[in-house]
Amino acid sequence: MAKPRVALDIEIPSDVKYIEQVVELATRQCRELQMPPKKCSLNVPVALSEALSNAIIRGNRNGKGKHVRVRAVVSDDAIVFDVADEGPDFDMEKMRVEPTAENVMREDGRGLFLMYRLMDRVEHIRNRGNVIRLTLRRE
Amino acid sequence: MSFSISKQGDVVVVDVEGQLIVGNRQELKQKVLDELERGEKKFLIDFSQTGYIDSSGLGVLVSLSKKIREQGGELRLANLNDDLQTLFELTKLDTLFQISDSRERALESF
Repeated sequence: MAKPRVALDIEIPSDVKYIEQVVELATRQCRELQMPPKKCSLNVPVALSEALSNAIIRGNRNGKGKHVRVRAVVSDDAIVFDVADEGPDFDMEKMRVEPTAENVMREDGRGLFLMYRLMDRVEHIRNRGNVIRLTLRRE
Repeated sequence: MSFSISKQGDVVVVDVEGQLIVGNRQELKQKVLDELERGEKKFLIDFSQTGYIDSSGLGVLVSLSKKIREQGGELRLANLNDDLQTLFELTKLDTLFQISDSRERALESF
């Protein structure tokens, strides 16, 4: 069994314009690991994009001078993304909304639901800010 | 990523090239609302050249759908790839929008 390795470690300013570039780097990693195509074209881009926009908009509240750090660690069986902001604590479970016929017309509130559905595991770790840890099996 | 707008008959067709995400959703919204304000009623968004859509992008589509309906118009979608189809099914948005598998079929459906 190979030792887990850091495949990505970058820090971006709190601005949504950087999301697409980070997602592209992560997606490239996913393809290089020869993960299933759908995981590279759907699961990783959408879930990571949601985690990043949450960190920038809700965590850091678009604060100038604040940053979001993204790390990806690859092991034999999974890729794990840590998305860290500098914001106050929040209750992730309370913010998660399952789509129903009644709330389908909502304009927001789908981000956390998508993260949970597209990743094998989602964790909220309270550090100096918040860390959202997304785990996706490689197979 | 960009949005191009063209007119096919009386339908405004919007092509989404690249991603529809939190960083560019406002641009799409404004372009469609500008056309709506000019009196256009029929809108088709074509996703044949689209990569992925995040929850903000999905939210903008819902918002546009509501605003267009309020003005007595219609919004239809075309050419969702397998990934986008999955996204719409997961979020149940496939029940909200009329989705065609080609631009031609979508245009004929108005």
